[in-house]
Amino acid sequence: MSVFAKPAVGWTISKYIVLALYLAFALFPLYWLLKISVTPEKLIYSDGVALWPSEVTLDNFKSVLLYTDFLIYFKNSIFVSFGTAALTTVLAAAAGYAFSRFQFRGKKIIIGIMLITQMFPLLIIIAPIYRIISGMGLLNTLTSLIVVYTAFNVPFATFLMQSFFDGIPKDLEEAAMIDGCTRLQAVRKVVFPLTLPGLAATLGFVFTAAWSELLFAIMLINSNDKMTFPVGLLTFVSKFSVDWGQMMAAGVFALVPSCLFFIFIQRYLVQGLTSGAVKG
Amino acid sequence: MSLTTNKNFAPDQKGQGWKIFKSPKLEPFLYLSPSIILICLVIFVPLVIGISYAFQSISLFRPSDTGWIGFEHFEDIYQDRKFYKSLRNTFWWTFTSVILQFSLGLGLAMLLKAGFKGQKFFQALIFLPWAVPTFLSALTWAWLFNPVIGPLSHWMFALGILDEPYNILADPSIAMYGPIAANVWFGIPFFAITLLAALQSIPDEMYEAAAIDGASKWQVFSKITLPFLAPMIVITVMLRTVWIANFADFIYVMTSGGPANSTQILSTYIFLTAFKKLDFGYASAVSVVLLVLLLIFATLLLKMRQKFVRVN
Repeated sequence: MSVFAKPAVGWTISKYIVLALYLAFALFPLYWLLKISVTPEKLIYSDGVALWPSEVTLDNFKSVLLYTDFLIYFKNSIFVSFGTAALTTVLAAAAGYAFSRFQFRGKKIIIGIMLITQMFPLLIIIAPIYRIISGMGLLNTLTSLIVVYTAFNVPFATFLMQSFFDGIPKDLEEAAMIDGCTRLQAVRKVVFPLTLPGLAATLGFVFTAAWSELLFAIMLINSNDKMTFPVGLLTFVSKFSVDWGQMMAAGVFALVPSCLFFIFIQRYLVQGLTSGAVKG
Repeated sequence: MSLTTNKNFAPDQKGQGWKIFKSPKLEPFLYLSPSIILICLVIFVPLVIGISYAFQSISLFRPSDTGWIGFEHFEDIYQDRKFYKSLRNTFWWTFTSVILQFSLGLGLAMLLKAGFKGQKFFQALIFLPWAVPTFLSALTWAWLFNPVIGPLSHWMFALGILDEPYNILADPSIAMYGPIAANVWFGIPFFAITLLAALQSIPDEMYEAAAIDGASKWQVFSKITLPFLAPMIVITVMLRTVWIANFADFIYVMTSGGPANSTQILSTYIFLTAFKKLDFGYASAVSVVLLVLLLIFATLLLKMRQKFVRVN
């Protein structure tokens, strides 16, 4: 907005007030989560409405780490989320490259297929997927989760990658190919370095999605040593009399990886979508 | 989702292996096939099987009574009061959520576009709700509304919105606003990110020209910003609408569709039919109806988008 004359002071102040309100709205629920996780069990209800408990404890975090299977869930979730993110990014990069660089017959149909995958209530395929996965002998394995999550994340990741590739002039590869590179070499040496932010953004986006998935994780996993985080959290509700403090402490742990990842990648997300997404 | 108009590369002359794919007609399919095969195996085959369930009797309570039954489920849906109630609630839930997410997301995107000190830090924090596992968000919001362990009802009472600090999730006439609030909180970042990206790709010259012509802020917004954003707006609104209509997590965790079905939407109804009544046939039939409605909606919006793009 630098083209306008100096904005009035009142305008600036009200802008910052609005921004502060947005920030408060975004962070307050997370603050509440944190507050409950450091409240001693005996005070959870008596200090329920207070903005900060009269006594603070880290016991909840300690008992989550020492007395629950939390570390196992954490390890499983890391494995599944990284596996899904890596596999999805590779597939989506290839598919997005094809969409960005080629005109071909059937392109609209393929885009249509990818859109339809986003459109139906997941429940309709839960039972068939369960049968197929168990037919393949993959029931109760982390691999089955990676395969299913990848399939569901590839479409959006492909559109994301396409828009990153659209932002890179194709003259660059063409020049390299005229100089005697094969396409694969041209992509590896010229396009790949320029796409790194795009790859990071896609990786992070898919990681967060896989990290919080619950429905398939409930259906396809049935033993404690294979559970992912959201399912593990659910066991806090159903197995014991609910221990809210511990549950929220586990929740805080659950937040850390996906939030760190997201803080890291969100600029690339904006940057990448800027380059090509609105060409229409 | 742009369709670029690039011409194909000239097929290169080196011919090292994969000869058949060197043809520009087949080369893109080499890159696409892994994704397409995976999507077909994991999503489309199960989807077709799932749709076929809608025409069969598959209820775990009536194990002897299985088999093809034609359109019987759909005839039942036609007379199912709960279905109509859920359908109405689905509209309410979806459109209120989308409109609020969109307008607040657009406002945030415009503020971020304007730029300010400490923006990088601010931007990283403001987008956080999108990264929180939905199950956890739903629980946290359920707590915030609970008068014993959350402050919201007390604040609403202090502001005169409520007569006394009670849990709005237990009041059939307003319970829906609970999950909607959580959903708006969760969804603002998505719109802000995509719209911010779209805003940044509007050439600065456009704004400079407008400033020289002495355009007012409103004129700049309505004559430059909005028309430029329109294609992106249509795509994001379509995707979000479809996702939200299918999205059961918040309602399922916060109210389970209650009290008295006042927050029951089609996707939670499908869930309860499948897992509480164990009637997978009927659940599939309702899913098919929802899928058809969403397909109609998406097609209409995409047709609209084509018009926008042509006008531009």
